[in-house]
Amino acid sequence: MNLNATLIVQSIVFLILGWVTMKFIWPPLIQAIEERQKKIADGIAAADRAKKELAEADSRVADEIKKARVEASSITERAQKQYNEILDKAKGDASTEAAKIKAAAEAEIANLSFKAREILRQQVAGLAVAGAEKILQREIDANRHRDLLEALAKEI
Amino acid sequence: MIPMSIASGGEQTMGEYIAHHLKHLASDKQTSLVDFSIVHWDTLFFSLACAALVLLVLRMAASRATAGVPGKLQCAVEMLIDMVNDQARALVKGDLGYIAPLALTVFCWVAVMNAIDLLPVDWFPWIAHNVFGLDYLRPLPTADLNATLGMAVGVLLLVFWYSIKIKGFGGWIHELLCAPFGMVTISGNPGTWIGAVLLAIANFGMNIVEYISKTLSHGMRLYGNMYAGELIFFLIAGLGGSMTVLGVLGHIITGSVWAIFHILIVLLQAFIFMMLTLVYIGQAHDHH
Repeated sequence: MNLNATLIVQSIVFLILGWVTMKFIWPPLIQAIEERQKKIADGIAAADRAKKELAEADSRVADEIKKARVEASSITERAQKQYNEILDKAKGDASTEAAKIKAAAEAEIANLSFKAREILRQQVAGLAVAGAEKILQREIDANRHRDLLEALAKEI
Repeated sequence: MIPMSIASGGEQTMGEYIAHHLKHLASDKQTSLVDFSIVHWDTLFFSLACAALVLLVLRMAASRATAGVPGKLQCAVEMLIDMVNDQARALVKGDLGYIAPLALTVFCWVAVMNAIDLLPVDWFPWIAHNVFGLDYLRPLPTADLNATLGMAVGVLLLVFWYSIKIKGFGGWIHELLCAPFGMVTISGNPGTWIGAVLLAIANFGMNIVEYISKTLSHGMRLYGNMYAGELIFFLIAGLGGSMTVLGVLGHIITGSVWAIFHILIVLLQAFIFMMLTLVYIGQAHDHH
């Protein structure tokens, strides 16, 4: 255990070492550490934000789906109603049209039968005259007997 | 008795072997306890080599430092820096610009110097003797009181520097005279004057004792631990040097056990030295 100049040199080296470390070693490392700390903090904050946004988006999507489902069911309902309405209207139209056609056909039948009856009546009148001529063997003066003939034809 | 003896060449007793290993490579033979005309070349060489190694490795980590994904070296150094920074912040309430880096380097430096103790005790002396023709060599700088006390004195100088910087020269002197016992309020009564002077002397003496004991214990704690550890390594080496079966077996077993235990001491003492450095400098920042 001898004390000598080594002590003094060691003290100087000690102080110089601290200075060198302060100048050349500490700053870049502490800067890197702090930058990385900031990066990690930013990353964690971003992750939290993203998680929150995701949750928000999820609830928004659920809302949208619910809304869409409600809308779809209302559309289906409306469509069903419209379908029924169209069907009813078509049925009504069809029966109206059928009645109309039936009425027209009946009118025509009535008309034709009336015409046929008229022709028949005239022919019967003609026949009656011819028959009477044959019976009397002489010509009937058509003008003299017109009244008679016409009354006859009306009776037929 | 010890064939591993390296310097004297001839037969050597255990006592001679150890005494030989405890001799420094000094610039001259020292006769008095304190002689500042003499230096220990081995202590200087190995402590400077360790300092250079520490600075080189740390500088390597610093120059490649990136805020992105760090390498393994950068990770290790960053863990150290984080540890030192936390301790410094907790212990020193003031500007850490110089103190924290100093604490980092001191921790690494002392740890590397201490770690020389883990190398076989005969390696460096053998190389010194057979390659460089040096008779004596102690490669462990922290087992030299000059080295550890030198660093402790460095810390003491820093304590003075920060005391003056924080409190001003007058404030520091005032604190030296008025703490820890306080000061008498001076009035017209001459009795209070005498009391004030006596109390100032007591306070001043107390502070001087405190500074001396702090510095001595700071330096001698590390020195004592490493010196004792080194001595046990010498004893274990002497055991193997006896060249008996029991001796060699004993050397292998006790040497391994002691070396493993010594890893703890190497790091623990370095940590304690750093912590005390911070504590003392932190105290210089406190106002009484």
